[in-house]
Amino acid sequence: MKKVFGRPKSLKATPFHYCPGCGHSIIHRLIGEVIDEMNLQEKIIGVPPAGCAVLAYNYFDIDMGEASHGRAAAVATGFKRVLPDRIVFTYQGDGDMAAIGTAESIHAAARGENITTIFVNNGVYGMTGGQMAPTTILGQNTTTSPRGRKEKTEGFPINLSEMLAIARGSSYIERTAVNTPANILKTKKAIAKAFRLQMQGYGFTLVEILSACPTNWKMDPVKSSKWIDEVMTSHFPLGVLKDNSGDKKDAH
Amino acid sequence: MPKVLMRGNHVVGEAAIRAGCRYYFGYPITPQNEIPEYMSEKLPEAEGGVFIQAESEIASVHMVIGASMAGGRVMTSSSGPGISLKQEGISFLCALELPAVIVNMSRGGPGLGNIAPSQSDYFQATRGGGHGDYRTIVFGPNSCQELADLTYEGFNLADKYRTPVLVLGDGMLGQMMEPVELPQEIPLKKLPAKDWALTGAKGRASRFIRSLILDPIKEEEHNWKLMRKYEKITREEVRWETYFADDAKMMVIAFGIAARIAKGAIKRLREEGVKVGLLRPITLWPFPFKAIKEISKKVKHFFVFEMNMGQMLEDVKLGLEGNGEVHFYGRPGGVILTPLEIARVISSQYYQKRLG
Amino acid sequence: MPAGMIEIDSELCKDCKLCISVCPHHLIEPFNQLNQKGYAPVIFTESEHKKEDRKCTGCALCAMMCPEIAIEVHRA
Repeated sequence: MKKVFGRPKSLKATPFHYCPGCGHSIIHRLIGEVIDEMNLQEKIIGVPPAGCAVLAYNYFDIDMGEASHGRAAAVATGFKRVLPDRIVFTYQGDGDMAAIGTAESIHAAARGENITTIFVNNGVYGMTGGQMAPTTILGQNTTTSPRGRKEKTEGFPINLSEMLAIARGSSYIERTAVNTPANILKTKKAIAKAFRLQMQGYGFTLVEILSACPTNWKMDPVKSSKWIDEVMTSHFPLGVLKDNSGDKKDAH
Repeated sequence: MPKVLMRGNHVVGEAAIRAGCRYYFGYPITPQNEIPEYMSEKLPEAEGGVFIQAESEIASVHMVIGASMAGGRVMTSSSGPGISLKQEGISFLCALELPAVIVNMSRGGPGLGNIAPSQSDYFQATRGGGHGDYRTIVFGPNSCQELADLTYEGFNLADKYRTPVLVLGDGMLGQMMEPVELPQEIPLKKLPAKDWALTGAKGRASRFIRSLILDPIKEEEHNWKLMRKYEKITREEVRWETYFADDAKMMVIAFGIAARIAKGAIKRLREEGVKVGLLRPITLWPFPFKAIKEISKKVKHFFVFEMNMGQMLEDVKLGLEGNGEVHFYGRPGGVILTPLEIARVISSQYYQKRLG
Repeated sequence: MPAGMIEIDSELCKDCKLCISVCPHHLIEPFNQLNQKGYAPVIFTESEHKKEDRKCTGCALCAMMCPEIAIEVHRA
């Protein structure tokens, strides 16, 4: 018998603190697998956000510099300009990136900053207890849209990836999900591609990942995974939103 | 070294580059625009130099944080409103123990205020406008030469103590031109090694720099560590200057451009036999409390001049601990005191108190 | 089809049941023993079976789906 699946080398042994069924855990593993397979552990730097994934540095066995809420793209810009030959990625939630950090996100893309952003969209502010996020969809209940989000009062959700695809400095943007094994594999390929394009100097790359937050969606993990397919993807369609690289090779 | 006639804001940029600063992130705001302009021209010519005009002062201070985490010598600059936007970033720089130089060419305030010089950001600079227990080294230059020397020294102290250093200038200092002897350029390879920087875990274990410390006991320990650092800075880095202090019967205490104007008044009064001197804090934090207490042993009358409503005034009172009478004369809002005006104010008090 | 098997680390499992929802042969089931964190870790029903009796092919869908990396997969 040969072991064919196990913990990636570039993840520390620390168990995740994330809730049962949380997409962050899956995404952490995928990033760890890509770092292992592309042999990046010695030259990659991560910028965790303020949010559920702020503790990412307890899990990733790589250099990480924590950004304050919303500012990861700016911190990563500072890193990349000092260390242009290292791989720099931000790991941000939807509040971090599409609410308080909107300006930083748009301008990092517009500058064509040669960094990669892993944008975890779970439709709520998880760490602070499930408040409405810029990606909370119409009708969705959260602790700050208790009667369900309505466009007249709470306004529309923001499709930031589509907006960043317009920014001329962005080179590759894809939206995936981690709710099914097939989508998980696509997410892994997208992350690998984003890192690869960064190494080739294409400029700003972004992978938005629809991710379950069972605790704050008040659904069990299996139902949450279905909800992503049945409801969330109609507001945040999966697929490649932009790809200037013309590069069809997959991760390996 | 020959002197060069140079504008204050340009001096800041040149001194930073000579101190090995290769990363500058800023944003336009009068009266400091010539600093980003200068850096946008000169940094790309310097080896490894990077200039970015960010989308906001908030973004620029966080680019400073990233560049500092990566081990670079990095600077940003702004004026009142922009410095207010950077306060969270400054609190983070202190908590993360990251070196950086932040220059404030203060302007009339509060609110949008105006672009005239002022000293109304003293509290913000010396007490900290951000959250949490932290202090920052604050220099109060009063000439283009001091802009050069203190910006340059700022990078050394920032690296020495791994903490941000604020240079509190003002619109006048930034805009005026004076002959300046520029500091010696430090070759990049002579910059202090930063074995704590995040450069990718090559040949070493991975590490992280963060300020989220959930366990209150550990956060308390971190605070006490920072406090020990600030006490060390207070013991070793406090600077001030005195002028005509030996036989003074009345002492003026002023910093920055206000002190320079006060010197003009004191020179004039001394010619008329008025025994008045000046104590000028050069580090606004750590503040020269001991020096003031020392002088209050023989002088009982003090005059504080500031281009604000009286902020350093409170530190002077703290330093005197009640043994000395303090008069205050302030011109806020960007109005500039004149030597004649101050001379009249001093001499009226001087004779009322029968000192001469 | 090659024989396979999985090992579930009961201390890591948080009983989210995502693995159960993707196993093509329904070889993983809830269980009632609690782990130190108070979750009831799921179990691999064929862990005691001999190689030839196992339906598990080591396809690893369960491990891919598992947020906690609690499942190790072995394939002949």
